[in-house]
Amino acid sequence: MNPLQLCLVLSALLFSVGLGAALSRSHAILVLLGVELMLNAANLNFIAFWRYGPPTAPADGILFVIFSIAVAAAEAAVGLALVIAIYRHQKNIRLQEASKLKG
Amino acid sequence: MIAFVVIAVIVLAAASVAMCLRNLVHSVLLLVGCWAGIAAFYLWAGAEFVAFAQLLVYVGAVSMLSLFAVLLTRRSFHDLDIAPESVTRATWALLTAGAVAGVLVGTILGSPLGKVADSAPPVSVRQLGEELAGPQVAGLLVVGVILTVALLGGVVIAAQDKEGKQ
Repeated sequence: MNPLQLCLVLSALLFSVGLGAALSRSHAILVLLGVELMLNAANLNFIAFWRYGPPTAPADGILFVIFSIAVAAAEAAVGLALVIAIYRHQKNIRLQEASKLKG
Repeated sequence: MIAFVVIAVIVLAAASVAMCLRNLVHSVLLLVGCWAGIAAFYLWAGAEFVAFAQLLVYVGAVSMLSLFAVLLTRRSFHDLDIAPESVTRATWALLTAGAVAGVLVGTILGSPLGKVADSAPPVSVRQLGEELAGPQVAGLLVVGVILTVALLGGVVIAAQDKEGKQ
């Protein structure tokens, strides 16, 4: 097994942990954190291919990750604001009970 | 390589334990450890700039945001534990995640990835800055617009009027 495969396996396992959390937990904050873990796993892949891939355009992998981190930060901010809005309406953030969009 | 194994074990253990706990504050604190481990992986791979961006954004900002959300959405002072999930749901989620992990790892191990590079491609921060201000400037502007819109959207969604209405 070469180092690139090791990095990709780490990323695949981290993605699966995030996926399992997003599917199994019904608490909205934990689902969001699971999605964040999956995004982080994708970033690990970018860096792994940047580090071990053919050096055609050296800065590209890093730029991808920088943009991806910025979008993930925006997603986390909006997601947690939505969680707080749902909590204010329903006094509960279990996803099964948050089935109405109109308050 | 030993450093990589240590980092991988820390990241995976922190993530899986965090996703199994019932105390949300403990979960978020363990996830901070997981994100710090990912930053250590970036340092190990030679991407220092990304490592510091990860530290600033995840370990610094997203963790604080999550902690605040956890503390703002509890019903009473001691209400930090959450109710356990149903067994059926947890079983199906574990089965799905395990199947996805199996397919991904099998594909990775079965793919001929070719020869890997011996050292990281040399990228200086100056080079990154020139890329961001030159060929990638459109992307940089779009990211700026996205962050601004997300900030405004977050404020609008989470803000409350004085009459107690949304």
